[in-house]
Amino acid sequence: MIQIFAFYIFATVCIASAAMVIFSRNPVHSVMWLILAFFNAAGLMLLCGAEFIAMLLIIVYVGAVAVLFLFVVMMLDIDFAELRAGFVRYLPLGALVAIILVAELVFALGAWNAGAIDMAARAAPIATDMTNIEQIGAQIFTRYVFLFEASGMILLVAMIGAIVLTNRQRAGVRRQVIADQVRRRPEEATRLVDQPVGQGVEL
Amino acid sequence: MISVGHYLAVSAVLFTLGVLGIFINRKNIIVILMAIELILLAVNINLVAFSAALGDLVGQVFSMFVLTVAAGEAAIGLAILVIYFRGRGTIAVDDANRMKG
Repeated sequence: MIQIFAFYIFATVCIASAAMVIFSRNPVHSVMWLILAFFNAAGLMLLCGAEFIAMLLIIVYVGAVAVLFLFVVMMLDIDFAELRAGFVRYLPLGALVAIILVAELVFALGAWNAGAIDMAARAAPIATDMTNIEQIGAQIFTRYVFLFEASGMILLVAMIGAIVLTNRQRAGVRRQVIADQVRRRPEEATRLVDQPVGQGVEL
Repeated sequence: MISVGHYLAVSAVLFTLGVLGIFINRKNIIVILMAIELILLAVNINLVAFSAALGDLVGQVFSMFVLTVAAGEAAIGLAILVIYFRGRGTIAVDDANRMKG
C-alpha cells in the first residue's frame, strides 16, 4: 500500500517538475526543477529495487551535471527574454508532435507482448542473497568489463575535449617558466662593481 | 501492485516532455540540453523497470552506461556552448550558420 502511494507521489512530482523544466521562464529555475525531477526519478528507481542506479543518479546528475548547468547558466550573460520570443509560435507544432508521440507510445504499450523472448533465459538473474551493488559490481567487472573500460575512455575523451575546447591562451599574460628560472646562472644575473665613494649607484 | 506498465507510462510521459521541450525552446540551447537529459532519464527508467520486472540485472548495468554517456554529452555540449557564446555573444541556435551546413 505504502509502495503504491510512494510510486504515485514520485511519478506525479517527477512529471510535474519535468514539465516545469521546459515551461519555466528562467533557465536557473529550469535547472532547479531538473534537480527535483532527478530526485523523484531516483525515488522511482529505489521502489523497484535498483538502489545503486538511484544513488548514482543523485550523485552524477544532481552532484555533477546539474551543477555544471547552473555554472554555465549563471556565468554567461544571456538575454533570456529574447530567446523566448518564438515560444508561442512553436507551441502548436510541438504540442502536435508530442500528442502524436504519446499516442504512439500508448499504442505500443497496449499492443506489447513479449514475443519470442524466452523469459526464463536471463543473462544475469537477480539473486536474493546479495545486495544490489554487489551484484552490479560482479557483473561489470567480469562480463561487461570491456564496456566498463570503454565508458571510462568515453569519460576521458569527454574530459579532455571539454578542457581543450574551453581553454584559451590569452595574449600578454606573463607566466612562470620554471625551466628558465632553473637555467639561470649567477654570471648572467649578478654584476660585481667597484663602487667609488660619494657617487651614485648605476643600476 | 505497481507493474512494469506504470513505470513505462511515467517514462513515456517524461520522454514526450523532453521532445516537446526541444520543440518549444528552439532558440535556447541550454533548455534543449536539459530536455535531452530528460529523454535519457526516461530511457533509464525504462531500462531499470524492465530489469526489475524480468529479474535480470543487465538492464541496470546498461542504465549505468547510459548515465556515463549522458554525463559526457552534457560536459561536451556545455563546453561547445561556452565557446560559441564567447565568439558570438549569443546562444540563439536557430541562426547558427558558422559552418554553412
